Amino acid sequence: MTDLRPDPDALLAKVQLEEVAARRGRLKIFFGANAGVGKTFAMLAAAHGAQRQGRAVCVGVVETHGRADTEGIARDLPRLPLQDVVHRGQTLREFDLDAALAWGREQPGGVLLLDELAHSNAPGSRHAKRWQDAQELREAGVEVWTTLNVQHLESLNDVVGGITGIRVWETLPDKVFDGADEVVVVDLPPDELLQRLKEGKVYLPAQAERAAKNFFRKGNLLALRELALRRTADRVDGQMQAYRREHMDLGRGSVWPNRESLLACVGPGGNGDKVVRSAARLAQQLGLDWHAVHVQTARALSEPARQRVQRTLELAQSLGARTAELSAPEVAPALVGYAREHNLARLVVGRRERAWRWPGRPSLAEALNQLADEMDVLQVALPKTAREPEPRARRPRGLLAPQALRGYAAALAGVALTTAVASTLLRFMVPTNIAMLYLLNVVGVALRFGRAPAAVAALLGVAAFDFVFVEPRWSFAVGDAQYLVTFAVLLLVGLVIGQLAAGLQAQARAAQERERRVRGLYAMSRDLGAALVPEQVAEIATRFLRAEFGVASAVLAPPLGATPGREVLAVLPVSGSASAQPDLGVAQWAFDHGQAAGQGTDTLPASPCLMLPLTAPMRLRGVLAVEGQVGDRKRRWTPEQRELLDTCAALLAISLERIHYIEVAQHSTLQIESERLRNSLLTAISHDLRTPLAALVGLADALKLTPLQAQQAEVADAMRRSALRMSALVSNLLDMARLQSGTVHLNRQWLPLQEVVGSALASVHEALAGRDVAVDLPAELPLVELDAVLIERVLVNLLENAAKYSAGAIRITARAAGRQLEIDVSDAGPGFPAGREARLFDKFERGDRESATPGVGLGLAIAKAIVEAHDGRISAHNAATGGACVRIELPLGQPPA
Amino acid sequence: MGAARVLMIEDEPEIRRFVRMALESEGLEVFEAATLQRGLIDSATRRPELVVLDLGLPDGDGLDFIREFRGWSQAPVLVLSAREGEERKVQALDAGADDYLVKPFGVAELLARVRVQLRRHGVGGGDADPVFRFGDVAVNRSLRTVSRAGEELHLTPIEYRLLQELTHAPGRVLTHRHLLKAVWGPGHAEDVHYVRVHMANLRKKIEADPNRPQWLVTEAGVGYRLKT
Repeated sequence: MTDLRPDPDALLAKVQLEEVAARRGRLKIFFGANAGVGKTFAMLAAAHGAQRQGRAVCVGVVETHGRADTEGIARDLPRLPLQDVVHRGQTLREFDLDAALAWGREQPGGVLLLDELAHSNAPGSRHAKRWQDAQELREAGVEVWTTLNVQHLESLNDVVGGITGIRVWETLPDKVFDGADEVVVVDLPPDELLQRLKEGKVYLPAQAERAAKNFFRKGNLLALRELALRRTADRVDGQMQAYRREHMDLGRGSVWPNRESLLACVGPGGNGDKVVRSAARLAQQLGLDWHAVHVQTARALSEPARQRVQRTLELAQSLGARTAELSAPEVAPALVGYAREHNLARLVVGRRERAWRWPGRPSLAEALNQLADEMDVLQVALPKTAREPEPRARRPRGLLAPQALRGYAAALAGVALTTAVASTLLRFMVPTNIAMLYLLNVVGVALRFGRAPAAVAALLGVAAFDFVFVEPRWSFAVGDAQYLVTFAVLLLVGLVIGQLAAGLQAQARAAQERERRVRGLYAMSRDLGAALVPEQVAEIATRFLRAEFGVASAVLAPPLGATPGREVLAVLPVSGSASAQPDLGVAQWAFDHGQAAGQGTDTLPASPCLMLPLTAPMRLRGVLAVEGQVGDRKRRWTPEQRELLDTCAALLAISLERIHYIEVAQHSTLQIESERLRNSLLTAISHDLRTPLAALVGLADALKLTPLQAQQAEVADAMRRSALRMSALVSNLLDMARLQSGTVHLNRQWLPLQEVVGSALASVHEALAGRDVAVDLPAELPLVELDAVLIERVLVNLLENAAKYSAGAIRITARAAGRQLEIDVSDAGPGFPAGREARLFDKFERGDRESATPGVGLGLAIAKAIVEAHDGRISAHNAATGGACVRIELPLGQPPA
Repeated sequence: MGAARVLMIEDEPEIRRFVRMALESEGLEVFEAATLQRGLIDSATRRPELVVLDLGLPDGDGLDFIREFRGWSQAPVLVLSAREGEERKVQALDAGADDYLVKPFGVAELLARVRVQLRRHGVGGGDADPVFRFGDVAVNRSLRTVSRAGEELHLTPIEYRLLQELTHAPGRVLTHRHLLKAVWGPGHAEDVHYVRVHMANLRKKIEADPNRPQWLVTEAGVGYRLKT
């Protein structure tokens, strides 16, 4: 680690963070030690202040708890209506996220007040937690102000629980708190708070009153206050460090620390949360990245234990960790391997005082120390009181499952069969050898039915051996005491080999399973490689998922050629009826936000489908919708399944992108071909029409070089004029054809507008015939990016029109209006016929149909096409002072230096 | 002084006819060629003092003629071109053409351009007289001063170099790229907006009405010309 350059990944991450931050709405948290310190009041007061400064402020949701002063101050602010969420027959009033988003679109830069950031939304809402609502609002550019109590912070949750004896279930990930743009500490000394409580100023709901009485003890309040203040100080310290990282000289190595990070090792026991929280606190204090990992060994976990591990990993994730589940025969080597692979120098493990341990078998910490003495192993004390009931306690239900019952029956039958066979062999064998046959039975049962039946087979075997073969026979009594040793050894050996055999079997099965999945994925990717249309991709995906999980699924993708950012998803049709019928709204959300949604996630978990965004290297390509497991809708996807689904989604995304680019390539080849054809056609026509016209003009001129009578000279002039008009008409028609085919490539360059106006005026010099043209261009106009030739054309057409339809002065004015450049060409003539201003820009439209003024009405249509090709607008109106005015609006870009 | 020889390379006989009539009325000797091949042969044998060239010839590209012709002659080349296709004009000018005329054009326009080109070449560069005048502006190329109506103008070095470049070739269209190379050097071929910005400033100082320039004329999409 001698490389002192800033880590490019870190720099990139920072740039990306800054980009995200620039678009995001700010988050301001009013932070307090506990209820009643006046956070909501402070927030509302600040909101009033912001409103006075002219900012749009709106109350999304505010809990006044019936406090009079708070209600008074909240009443004056505009408020979004709450929505009714029906859950199990109960109607709950909840914050309406969509209404808030709509408000945010109407009021850019507005502030939305959202009380109680840690609040859990009613089931059926889009997000499980209110902070996720806040997150989505911020992504949409809305500034959010909110309140938070210290005990709701995830990493402090158990500390606070330890101090006060009251656990809070609504928690907020620390990353949200740390990611807030501003934290305002609302502080009230405990004595004053108690006084307020006594005076009844802090309203407490009746059912919570007793618990709260315990909570509001002075000792608690002091401790909470200290926690809140210290946590805020930590946050400021973190900002200080980030600032230093940002602003210190890049050449100095010390501010670019080696990437050191923590690894929290999550065991199957009930104390994983404690380890994870400790690691999170440590990581936060040290400013390190951290990972949380669970190692799945051959030892099968019960379903509750599994779920607990998964919950712990989710908790770790919400505290900012990267999580992983490893599958390995031994815990310690797997952890060390993971730590080395990810460059993690410190491991955090739980330390529990075990009642006993296999002699010679080291604890996890010791094993880790032996394997990797370069790593620090930090042990977190796990108090015995915190120990939850062992997963085994809930075994019986599993033991009575039909599958298990079959195992026990088989164990019983095996023992019976062994006994029958052994009794026929009794003549040739001593009883001790017969015991071996029972061991054989144990191995067989273990391999086929697993651990518990193997143990039963061992027990039954010993019992049967005693009953049938040991003297006195047909009795459990034992004549020879040495048989007791035989029983003990038989039982022990039976149990051990049963466990070992079952473990091996489980591992073999897992390996087979993995291999099958890899094979399935491989087959799918091979099929995807041959897919040529999105529908084929969808079909391959549905087939794979049906084969793998037995579930219905569907692939949703935006239609071809949709504008990025405004794509509406549609289900890709699949032949046969295997496709799932996903909720399009949920899918659209997942697509718009690029996050998984639906079943098993935090967003809209009530949806029957899991929606995975298909993220390809260039951009999102669609959404994969997977229905819940058949017959077990509530079951969440296991991490291995999710991993497989994610891999599948990644493969689909790449295939869809590949297909997209094939289509783009084909399309553009076709377009180039037809464009070439069209252009050569237009060039040929224009040459064939123009050459004789050019000759006509020249010849009419040349005629006048010879001596002519006055009349003849007039005829020559008339010929010349007609030929010129014809030529102009041909030019207009060809131009219109070019512009309409959309094949005109703008040659945009940065230039001063004066230049275009000047060259346009020079071009129409003849047509203007000495007319007065007033040009008013401010000197400070910025450079504009235009196709000079085409915009000159626009101005020439407008000036010619003005000259044709009016007498008197013509004016050209321009000004920069915001991000637009406005150019007005106006005259002092009769103006446009009222009510036809918009249609003037249609093809072959003339202001006055029966007019004797020559022209076919293409000039304005061409002007419109050119201006629109520049992303601008052209409009006509009659000036208040009389006369026609055509306004061109062109976007102003960022001129080059 | 004998009549100046003009070579006209144009495939359309009617256009050849009126151009010949026009040029002969001016007292010039006119040779016609209908193909590029013929034109190249005539340009070598007739030693024309001016070439009028149509860019679209049946047997080849007019640009090739210009490049070939510039190999041995500095005589001015006047290009006839279609209205659109600014790129072609720029290519022709960069290849060494001196001016262009857009079809359809009248006799008066043609003769005016021809006169400018012949005069420019007749003078043989402005080195004889260090003071170059147009309108009420005088550019003293030895003292590097510019005055308008007798009053000295303060030009920045870049503005002066721009003006100087234009006065070297009065009447000739100079492309943006040509000016960039001449004034800023070869490293700036893409920064066309430099030329435009400084040209706008130069106009403010030299032109009576910079919005309607009399002398420093814009050829949209192509470049600038010092009109004389």
